[in-house]
Amino acid sequence: MKLFKNILDSVKPHFEAGGKLEKYYPVYDGFATFLFTPGHTAHSGAHVRDAIDLKRTMVTVIFAMIPALLFGMWNAGNLHYSALGLAESMTFMDKFLWGAIKVVPMLIVSYGVGLGVEFIFCIIKGHQIQEGFLVSGMLIPLIMPIDLPLWMLAISVIFAVVIGKEVFGGTGMNILNPALTARAFAFFAYPTYMSGDKVWINTSTDAGQSVVDGFSGATVLGDYATGGEVQYSTMDMFLGFIPGSIGETSTLMVLVGAAILLYTGIGSWKIMFSGVIGALAMGLIFNTFAEYAISPEQQAFMAVPAWQQLIMGGFAFGIVFMATDPVSAAQTERGKWIYGFLVGFFAIAIRVFNPAYPEGIMLAILFMNVMAPLIDHYVVQANINKRKKRLATVKAA
Amino acid sequence: MAEVQEVKKEREALFSKKNRKLISDPLNDSNPITVQVLGICSALAITVKLYPALVMSLSVLFVLGVGNVVISLMRNLIPNRIRIIVQLVVVASLVILVDQVLKAFVYDVSKELSVFVGLIITNCIIMGRFEAFALGNTPWKSFLDGLGNAFGYAWILLAVAFFRELLGSGQLFGFQIIPEAWYMSNGGFYSNNGLMLLPPMALITVGIIIWVQRSRNTELIEEN
Repeated sequence: MKLFKNILDSVKPHFEAGGKLEKYYPVYDGFATFLFTPGHTAHSGAHVRDAIDLKRTMVTVIFAMIPALLFGMWNAGNLHYSALGLAESMTFMDKFLWGAIKVVPMLIVSYGVGLGVEFIFCIIKGHQIQEGFLVSGMLIPLIMPIDLPLWMLAISVIFAVVIGKEVFGGTGMNILNPALTARAFAFFAYPTYMSGDKVWINTSTDAGQSVVDGFSGATVLGDYATGGEVQYSTMDMFLGFIPGSIGETSTLMVLVGAAILLYTGIGSWKIMFSGVIGALAMGLIFNTFAEYAISPEQQAFMAVPAWQQLIMGGFAFGIVFMATDPVSAAQTERGKWIYGFLVGFFAIAIRVFNPAYPEGIMLAILFMNVMAPLIDHYVVQANINKRKKRLATVKAA
Repeated sequence: MAEVQEVKKEREALFSKKNRKLISDPLNDSNPITVQVLGICSALAITVKLYPALVMSLSVLFVLGVGNVVISLMRNLIPNRIRIIVQLVVVASLVILVDQVLKAFVYDVSKELSVFVGLIITNCIIMGRFEAFALGNTPWKSFLDGLGNAFGYAWILLAVAFFRELLGSGQLFGFQIIPEAWYMSNGGFYSNNGLMLLPPMALITVGIIIWVQRSRNTELIEEN
């Protein structure tokens, strides 16, 4: 740390007012505060300052995502070698390294491009660099398919940061979750690389290798949507040995992350809990009315036990890491219950009813992001009305 | 005699500074789409490709230019109470004319534009200019104002269509711009951006133009 401190101190004069790199002060400030707690204190009045500021919050969320990330790397390798019929002969490290070689460039592109855009905007506007992108930059690769070309990832990141965040005023001002904005952009712009049964497992072959007979790269949800036979057991789905976006397959790893978020108090338990309730409610409604389905495929999908809907697809990942985004979620405590419930409710509804979108959690969260201010408005109004009424009864008495 | 001469002096030149502003203002600071936010629906609907956008722009140019002159000529005859109906009749006749010409000469484009030619009647820009300008100004000024606003509408339409066609289909006016060999199906690395073909992206493109315009001219930003 001494080394960093020395470097920062030696370059500092260039960035301060009057220095030749004055314009780039936000960049210096961003690095300096990333490494060290700022030394300046409040100048007037009494301010209560929590030790946990935005940076520590973000870093905690990143820690919570690391289990899913590491598992995602291994899973990508495992699925790749399974498709080639080599899963038995490869060691754990082989699989992990194969996945890491695919995933790490995505992480680098996501962070490099996203932070680059943020830095440019901070320099133009003369703002302090905010750390909002630290989490988004990690989330974005985790919710993309393994084979997505890097330039598509880069364009999605640029779109998410510029249109999803900077136009609204940067970190803390965005209406939509930036990571999901990136995914939605990629999903609609390059649908053939974001959905279907070809993109979730890498089947590139070296000399002498070939894809096994009867191989299918469809996800569990894809199988249900098209009426195909689901080839994975419930345990596979829970542990995550299934095709899907890089980080979202393992419900177990997501639960580890959820535990970290809840223990540190960073993720809202109300949103997660009510989200699960909402999904179960929709699942039970479907179970009850499965016989009225319009097609046999849909009937099979509607008859899936409600609890099993929770461990398929990206539901768990979305509800833990993205629905709880403190900026785009509802702000009021009662609003969080409504918001979470409806996210879960709509996620399962979109998933089952619309075969064009086999997974509904992305659109459900984005939709509820837009609705969150409305929910908050009515929650606040209801509270005002309640207190007005109470005041009236007090006055009358 | 002296009085008559003075009156003559007040006659404006055809392209006086004031008149030139009638054309140049709508191109930028009072652009009908990006500043007044009128005529958005057609801007979203027919900007997937440049050619239909160009035809649409020319249609609006004709309707707005001629309509403004017609309304201006009749401005002292129209009873105030029924002026909207009169305006509608004028604009509807002109639009029917345009529609028939398009059907006769460029049938493919006419089919592509479908209802949007008919919907020029309800295009807020046109009624807006009739109400706000042609009813109170001389025919020549109204004509210039009509041209200016139609050009303002046209350049936004063409700018949006340019980006949407280039990024969404890799073409401009139907000619392939992005080399075929770049596409992934031909072993390249490139793929068209499907989102550009959907209306939301037109809205976002217009939004970006508004953003650039407002950061260049901060007077346009409303206080709130």
